[in-house]
Amino acid sequence: MSREAKSEPGARTEPNDRSELIRLENVHKVYHLGEVQVHALRGVSLRIARGEFVAVMGASGSGKSTLMNILGCLDRPTRGAYFLEGTDVSQLSKVELARIRNQKIGFVFQQFNLLPRTSALENVELPTIYAGLSPAERHSRALAALERVGLADRAHHFPSQLSGGQQQRVAIARALVNSPSILLADEPTGNLDSRTSVEIMDILQFLNEEEGLTVVLVTHEHDIAQYAKRVLEFRDGRIRKDYQVSDRWVAREVLPTLPTLDELDAVELGTQDLHAEGPVNPSEVW
Amino acid sequence: MDFSNTLRIAFRALARNKLRSALTMLGIIIGIGAVIATVSIGQGAEYLIQQGIESLGTNAVFIAAGSNRAGARTGFWGVRTLTVDDMEAILREVPLIRSAAPVVFTRAQVVYQNQNWRPRIEGTTPEYFQIRRWGVQAGGIFSEDEVRSAANVCVLGVTVARLLFGNQDPIGQTIRIGEIPFRVVGVLEAKGQSAMGEDQDDRLIAPYTTVQRKIAGITWIHYINASAISKEAAQAAVPQIEALLRERHRIRSPEDDDFFVSTQSDVAEMATQTERVMNLLLGSIASVSLIVGGIGIMNIMLVSVTERTREIGVRMAVGATEADVRRQFLVEAVTMSMAGGIIGIGSGLVGSWAIAKLLGWPTLISATAILIATVVAASIGILFGLYPAWKAAQLDPIEALRYE
Repeated sequence: MSREAKSEPGARTEPNDRSELIRLENVHKVYHLGEVQVHALRGVSLRIARGEFVAVMGASGSGKSTLMNILGCLDRPTRGAYFLEGTDVSQLSKVELARIRNQKIGFVFQQFNLLPRTSALENVELPTIYAGLSPAERHSRALAALERVGLADRAHHFPSQLSGGQQQRVAIARALVNSPSILLADEPTGNLDSRTSVEIMDILQFLNEEEGLTVVLVTHEHDIAQYAKRVLEFRDGRIRKDYQVSDRWVAREVLPTLPTLDELDAVELGTQDLHAEGPVNPSEVW
Repeated sequence: MDFSNTLRIAFRALARNKLRSALTMLGIIIGIGAVIATVSIGQGAEYLIQQGIESLGTNAVFIAAGSNRAGARTGFWGVRTLTVDDMEAILREVPLIRSAAPVVFTRAQVVYQNQNWRPRIEGTTPEYFQIRRWGVQAGGIFSEDEVRSAANVCVLGVTVARLLFGNQDPIGQTIRIGEIPFRVVGVLEAKGQSAMGEDQDDRLIAPYTTVQRKIAGITWIHYINASAISKEAAQAAVPQIEALLRERHRIRSPEDDDFFVSTQSDVAEMATQTERVMNLLLGSIASVSLIVGGIGIMNIMLVSVTERTREIGVRMAVGATEADVRRQFLVEAVTMSMAGGIIGIGSGLVGSWAIAKLLGWPTLISATAILIATVVAASIGILFGLYPAWKAAQLDPIEALRYE
């Protein structure tokens, strides 16, 4: 959190705390589904500072996905203001929003959403194409991003040749390639087994701790939320709870206690008896 | 996003579904191929017609007995009023006309030993060969004296020569037309088929006097093949000839002419007109398949947009604007139609070459047709790619990312 706050000259900036990255002011979102109006967000006000690691929790329909879409500039609030680095982005045009998504936001999805039959490297390059970088620049940036997630040696593999965890790491590299201000991860571990989930959390924690990257993570798993620094609990379109995680888990410390995939295979084949202990619950480490 | 990237993405997307892309392109390939082939055949035919018409003589003016005008009662060749005197009057009083040859024609049985044939028999003067620029490949032509004396001499077209004499040399041989013996003095150069598909070499040419008196038994002529001093003069001479002949034939103004004057360019225009209509017809049939091809592209692009909804969502999430997405799909459609167009041009060229080889039709490949085909292919891609591209760009990124 020692990272220096960037000042972003924008049309509508407000003098405020330089460490503040995100500020939502009484944000409402109403969807019109035919005759029915769905109130997805009912007045959400929120501040997220640089370097935070926030887990957004809630049941489906609680409004957490809507919040993510608004934070990610994929959607605009019906009412209220959204300041990203001091700029009110709630009123920007679609083209301007696309630009902000490209420059300031990195997305990680539950489904990985890598382009099929496209190499890992080219998948990572994707945001740089829309940033208008030169081919050489794109290439070196994408390679560097892959290195950060430890997959430089898989640069020319297709997604179908990668494991789920590796695919998600490629997706993280893609999210990082344009050096965004914030990483938005929507259920990033939803499709992964528990060990791989912790590996992904390890990467997110590393990026947050070591590189000062702000991370906002949507999850419905309490176990995953325990890796964050702060938790927002949503219900019925409002923030019900907002608290700092007291006994935060560190993925790097949890990982050694988890069986590797090979060991899990062994369990299933019955050649190695790990059943006596049962799957390790990360909370037991603490 | 720069263009080379867009193009690369388009190529990759098309390469991903090779069979599908190929089948989609097939419509354009067939359409463009058909257009190229028909145009080159059409142009070949036009060239042939032009050649044929030019073979009728330089700056030619035709004065035919009868009339083909509206309200005409006689039709061509149906009157007996056109004479060699008329021709001489024209030569005397219309200075724009440089030379002229009278023509009478008929058909009669021609016999040489045990061979016989029934060619077109034309009677004329030596000017005929000069006006039509038609030389002999063997022997010579008959002379003015022989015309005056109505000598029994004739020049054979190559078809007639071949049918009657086979490999023998016809020069100096005697043939019979009806009961009358004729001496063969020459064999004409081969001219081949006329624009109307008639074998121009299937004819026997003799002095008109001989044909009039000894074969046809008439005193009039069928038409005058005249030549003006220039192309413009040919046009200018028409009203002068008309006035002269009306006066000589004593035709008062409301009456129909008993002759018809036309120039080589009139004939050329008529023939070309017919050819154009044919080309237009063939061309429009071919363009129907182009439209069908375009619809095929649109169809596949719509399928592609649906299939790649998630990809579109991802691209939008990482910063693609609507314009980027629109351009991507548009370039893809154009790439497909252009590739189809280029292959189509190739197959059209091969096709017209094959037609030329197999059927012996003349084909003429025009750069204009190829250029137009290329532009048309690109336009089809744009036209039929616009809607799918617009649809892709209109996708809501949130919905698109959630699309299963």
